[in-house]
Amino acid sequence: MGNPIKIKAKLKDDIAEIKALMPHPMESGVRVNADTGETVPKHYIQEVVCKLNGNVITTAFWGTGVSKDPYMAFKVKGAKVGDKLEISWKDNTGDTSVAEVVLS
Amino acid sequence: MKLQRRALLRSLLTAAAVLAIPRWLFAARPDKAFDEKSAESVISSLFDGPVTESDQVTLKIPDIAENGAVVPVTVSTGLADVESISVIVDNNPTPLAAMFELSPQSVADVSIRIKMGESSVVRTVVKAGGKFYSASKEVKVTIGGCGG
Repeated sequence: MGNPIKIKAKLKDDIAEIKALMPHPMESGVRVNADTGETVPKHYIQEVVCKLNGNVITTAFWGTGVSKDPYMAFKVKGAKVGDKLEISWKDNTGDTSVAEVVLS
Repeated sequence: MKLQRRALLRSLLTAAAVLAIPRWLFAARPDKAFDEKSAESVISSLFDGPVTESDQVTLKIPDIAENGAVVPVTVSTGLADVESISVIVDNNPTPLAAMFELSPQSVADVSIRIKMGESSVVRTVVKAGGKFYSASKEVKVTIGGCGG
């Protein structure tokens, strides 16, 4: 299980503004460890799925060009108080993490 | 032949159910596009149609990025029926940084932080109503982001 995802959600009328922070090394596979001289293997999030009440709203596919400890923000229409927003990711090693917030 | 009729009915219903699922639900990660080494090949691998520059697509990114390891990008558009938003960094070893698949319930306004190895053109391609629209900007990087 990967590091926990931090989600911040703000509801403005029926639009939910979601900000998510996902602590992850996001190794691109080109970085060299200065101590060992070895190339650090690729280790990065490939897929992020965002669901509102179980329905997929946005899927983000990522390459190695996304910064370490990724941050993403997006907006959802037709959201209301009490809705459940879930974000999950999967990386190239098969590791996953999932978090949920209730909109208020 | 009651049984045959039932089987036929069942297969018709299955076909109808499959067709009724919105196309965005079929999304799978375009692995090949993420491995491509040039912006041109990313674009031809991802988009099956001409990509046109559009002032309806807004790409917000700093002119000068002091730290190439963390460059904030925001893409938004007023275009209708947005299906996807992609972010491409021309001079990165693998230019495709991210691709967002949006559902009809999404607002076409996404932000992310990307790595830039060196100064480069950054472009975004928005798929809306089956067509492709783009915006791009030259970004100067003072410290590259690929070393760490």
